[in-house]
Amino acid sequence: MAYAWAQAYEPKSPLMKWVDQRLPLPRLVYGTVGGGYPVPRNLSHMYNWGALSGFALIVQIITGIVLAFHYVPSSEGAFDSVERIMRDVNQGWLLRYLHMNGASFFFMVVYLHTFRGLYYGSYKAPREIVWMLGLVILLLMMATGFMGYVLPWGQMSFWGAKVITGLFSAIPLIGPTLQEWLLGGFAPDQAALNRFFGLHYLLPFIIFGVLILHVWALHIPGSSNPTGVEVKGPEDTLPFHPYYTAKDGFALGVFLLVFFAVVSFLPNYFGHVDNYIPANPLSTPSHIVPEWYFWPFYAILRAFTVDFILPAKLWGVLGMFAAIILLFFLPWLDSSPVRSGAYRPLFKMFFWILIADIALLGFVGGLPAEEPYVMLSQLATAYYFAHFLIILPLIPKFEKPLPLPSSISEAVLKGTTSKAAPAGIAAPGTPGVVHA
Amino acid sequence: MATVNHPTGSTAHDGAAAHAPSHVHVDGAPVDGAHEEAAAGDGHRRRDFINVAALSFLGVGTAVAIYPLINQMNPSADVLALASAEVDISRIEPGQAIKTVWRKQPVFIRNLTPQEIAAANKVDVGSLRDPQTLAERTKEGKQNWLVTMAVCTHLGCVPLGGSEGENKGEYNGYFCPCHGSHYDEAARIRKGPAPKNLEVPEFAFVSDTVIRIG
Ligand code: FES
Repeated sequence: MAYAWAQAYEPKSPLMKWVDQRLPLPRLVYGTVGGGYPVPRNLSHMYNWGALSGFALIVQIITGIVLAFHYVPSSEGAFDSVERIMRDVNQGWLLRYLHMNGASFFFMVVYLHTFRGLYYGSYKAPREIVWMLGLVILLLMMATGFMGYVLPWGQMSFWGAKVITGLFSAIPLIGPTLQEWLLGGFAPDQAALNRFFGLHYLLPFIIFGVLILHVWALHIPGSSNPTGVEVKGPEDTLPFHPYYTAKDGFALGVFLLVFFAVVSFLPNYFGHVDNYIPANPLSTPSHIVPEWYFWPFYAILRAFTVDFILPAKLWGVLGMFAAIILLFFLPWLDSSPVRSGAYRPLFKMFFWILIADIALLGFVGGLPAEEPYVMLSQLATAYYFAHFLIILPLIPKFEKPLPLPSSISEAVLKGTTSKAAPAGIAAPGTPGVVHA
Repeated sequence: MATVNHPTGSTAHDGAAAHAPSHVHVDGAPVDGAHEEAAAGDGHRRRDFINVAALSFLGVGTAVAIYPLINQMNPSADVLALASAEVDISRIEPGQAIKTVWRKQPVFIRNLTPQEIAAANKVDVGSLRDPQTLAERTKEGKQNWLVTMAVCTHLGCVPLGGSEGENKGEYNGYFCPCHGSHYDEAARIRKGPAPKNLEVPEFAFVSDTVIRIG
């Protein structure tokens, strides 16, 4: 799609030719993740997280569908049905542990994917919509993850549902009515559990749809790369297949190694013991924590403790949502013409401070709301917003970017005089010749 | 494409017209007709009426179709049917509290001691986040019976302090462990993120020993 020298699809068998003429699906796949998609030749392993995220989504969908065959979405039966999956259903324990930990790993690779985008300026023109669609996926994942955590109907499920839907009651006037509408009752119960199950089943498919848009939008300008310099000619690219299918395949192997190590040996590491106690509406666990992937946002929620025009509770809710909504404006908050953080010394420094700040938010978000953690969360929250609203717009005014390479191939081949090229690929500077 | 073969179809768009240029004149005909009508009469076309009527029906129809889709989310009749509960309070000694259930939500019923009442009345109401006196939160002549939701007004956890030995917080009332809200003897918010006092539900004394909540 993106470049004129992209290899056109040539059906290899009469059958594929027959299909391609009637439904050009093979052509679409070839041009999207096959030899017909030219990709910058200098992508590092930081560019694997996207493919891994897609893989994690598919793991969640497949394990989720089969778990739904055994799960009972009723406030009486949900907890027991999950225990039945763990004890009686053939390999049920494995499927559930894969799904449970799959959610954590999904968030992990998606967060790394997002950080990569932040560092290399992937959100900048002309990829703003790619970035925004990614954020939409992140929001949908959060909703899905939250509702999924409610389904086992343990203590953390119940109280998590109560606290999170309680957020909506912070909205003036309509808040309490809205919360009742969301729950279908005055507290989480059958009605809430049932609709959460329905939505938890639906949303992953919506995510899949948005993912297709995300990839589509990406293929218009083509993938970005660590130098941030746009592709100039065929010497800058490699076909996605076999070069990046192999690179993603390697990353997948490493990912699966770590994933199965956790599933096999630490299956409950990311969970919370309290969720093995059936939901009890009359007693709150002494310390309610969401799943780790919500901790930074939970810390922001709890950081607001003083009423200022609006009640503190509403500020917390607004702050938490603003932390993500803000990112939609990132392409316009960062006005530096240099895309990649690798060539922006000042930006690079502040990027790492931001990562440390988010890590700190995550750390305090998982702890009880006591001093000094509340104070830390307030400082970290203030810094988070300051980074995007003050520091980032100001950096270009003071920063002297490093000299950019004139092209990707120059950056890759610097110091070498020979026209190096992988076997079967046109040597740099000979456009039009394609690999066999 | 169907419109191409249907010369009177006014929906033929540019694409269809481009494929079948010979139909352009046919499609154009009603427009000329409309000009004549407009010139002849009140400036309205009969077709306008059909358009407005059809779109209005579409709008009303959509609203009617959406209403049940939205409203099905609201609490259903069986959930609302649990809306009142009677509780026997004769066995609650002064200084004790019980937790009961109303609308699937926990409720504290507390029998305050004279000291607790005195302490609650000593507080300067103006200094409170949600200013209310104990008298405003209890029934006349029954100031010792404090009935409140056991639902923290922050994000809905059940505060501690309703049973023997639980943490009553810094103000000798209730303590919410979730984000650290402290409530006093009259269950008024004193410290922490909660914006309001624990809510006093609608209730009435059926007799001296029985109350009805809701
Ligand atoms: S829910 Fe009670 S302090 Fe947050």
